[in-house]
Amino acid sequence: MESLGKCEMSADDIDPTRRRFLTATTAVIGGLGALCAAFPFAASWMPSDRAKAMGAPVEVDLSKIEVGQKVTVAWRGQPIFVVHRSHESVETLSGDEGFLRDPLSLESVQPLYTKNRFRSIKEQYLILVGICTHLGCVPLFKPTAGELDASWPGGFFCPCHGSKYDMAGRVYQGVPAPLNLPVPPYRYLSDTVVLIGEDSVGAAA
Amino acid sequence: MKYGLEDNSSQQPTGQESPSRLTVYSEAALNWVNERFPLTEMWDLHIAKYYAPKNFNIWYIFGSLALLILVNQLITGIWLTMNYQPSAEAAFNSVEYIMRDVPYGWLLRYLHSTGASFFFIVVYLHMFRGLLYGSYRKPRELVWLLGMMIFLCLMAEAFFGYLLPWGNMSFWGAQVIISVFGVIPLVGDFLLEWLRGDYTISGVTLNRFFALHVIAVPMMFVGLVVFHILALHEVGSNNPDGVEIKEKLNKEGIPLDGIPFHPYYTVKDLMWVAVFLIIFSAVVFFAPDMGGYFLEAANFEPADPLKTPEHIAPVWYMTPYYAILRAIPDKLGGVIAMFSSIAVFFFLPWLDRSPVKSIRYKGPLFKIALALFVVCFLSLGYLGTQLPTPLSNLMARLASIGYFAFFILMPLYTRWDKTKPLPERIS
Repeated sequence: MESLGKCEMSADDIDPTRRRFLTATTAVIGGLGALCAAFPFAASWMPSDRAKAMGAPVEVDLSKIEVGQKVTVAWRGQPIFVVHRSHESVETLSGDEGFLRDPLSLESVQPLYTKNRFRSIKEQYLILVGICTHLGCVPLFKPTAGELDASWPGGFFCPCHGSKYDMAGRVYQGVPAPLNLPVPPYRYLSDTVVLIGEDSVGAAA
Repeated sequence: MKYGLEDNSSQQPTGQESPSRLTVYSEAALNWVNERFPLTEMWDLHIAKYYAPKNFNIWYIFGSLALLILVNQLITGIWLTMNYQPSAEAAFNSVEYIMRDVPYGWLLRYLHSTGASFFFIVVYLHMFRGLLYGSYRKPRELVWLLGMMIFLCLMAEAFFGYLLPWGNMSFWGAQVIISVFGVIPLVGDFLLEWLRGDYTISGVTLNRFFALHVIAVPMMFVGLVVFHILALHEVGSNNPDGVEIKEKLNKEGIPLDGIPFHPYYTVKDLMWVAVFLIIFSAVVFFAPDMGGYFLEAANFEPADPLKTPEHIAPVWYMTPYYAILRAIPDKLGGVIAMFSSIAVFFFLPWLDRSPVKSIRYKGPLFKIALALFVVCFLSLGYLGTQLPTPLSNLMARLASIGYFAFFILMPLYTRWDKTKPLPERIS
């Protein structure tokens, strides 16, 4: 055996430097392998192709909504509020801006074309994702002035943790929700029919 | 020491007559096993020759009771999976099927749901025992940390399990708690989609929660329980005096104030198991929903993603942390406070600077602090079940401050406190 090997070391001699190098490189390569192997397990938790396909846009006929009425439709399993605001409701929007956290919707989530006081394309039709920006409950529609307390101008109230929003879904100060209710992408197919989930820019990401 | 040495079930029989054939065969069988597996060694190490302090009081039964409930949850859980269907379409109805049509299905489910609440009752009392007698102090820090990890598993298990009936409260409870992770900057929204596997809580989420509830978390849970007991048996049990019994040994190296766990504490625990089962059965048979506290009214309606129940409240055992979350008028701040309220428990072994372990020798400052903490904890628990009002928000804020003050100020008041002198041995 000895005559065959180039190395003169006997089996009992250990080269600690070489051993440490081998241990370290094996550990690093093995660790990388483990991370790669973990990826499919983690990625498997992302929405499946079927879940993505279920998120197709929905059409709503606005002519069937009475003044002051709210309808809720589902888009991507989320409640979408469509509100036909009265003129009085629209007028309250300029009055309460001093009490709002983000009256100009600078921090909040909405398409550019709804980044205005009314948070909508047409003043009288408000379209919102009805999910409280605090912890995801569905706020209640409280359109009547004075419904919650004497100074209440009408808006949305989250029953979970008491967050309040005005008639444009803009959040009040002093409540746990940090942002205004989001506005989904949408566009008008005709004067009275709106397509929620897609705008002229394209389908929502 | 009169106990211990003669108390060994595996010893040779010492009778004058020749041993019976059965004894000889069972001896032989035991020896056969012992040569291949440390059966007698393990029995002695953890049960027959595990010397526990002789002065355990009623506070020391809750560890055994927690183990009993764990077994109850595992067995009833396995039986429930035999009829439960984890899909958004079938889940709610399969639970009703178990309740109405499966023979004794109602009993299995009520044992499981009542067991969940009793698990928390027993574990909270078990943890309170630790606070009373300083069971988290050196050398039992790891016993405490492993115990806290079990507590995290218990909360995860309860959270995942609560979604499974697919009632409306199941749905919205999960929606609120998952949304908590949305506050993490940059990756929050991505994380939400990853956790739910969908744009909202859906059948996908239900199915994965089922997998976590019946496989992943229980495996971790049982493993941690084993570690918890191994760590305890390595350092030995604390006791109501907080005096280390291992410091005074007899000639055989056995603690002078120790008695073998079996038969002394096995018999004591069994007696309390009987009492516990009377109370537990009374709830299972006569008040399984406990007036809406163990099973919530809104959960008798199927999940509706478009309609939040008028009043969302978690099950009672989560309400103290929920009240803290709600008390803070800032989303990120509230979430941080909620997680901190559980995380602070992990630091307990290093926050307590008192020279003594047990409340029996601690001074008035600690007693007042502990009493205030209990008041704050219970108040938060109550407030978390109620609708938020300005007054209740104020009270929840005060109670949250008290809750955290107990931990943050602990290094100070335990050091300033006037303690009583410790006895040499258990008195």
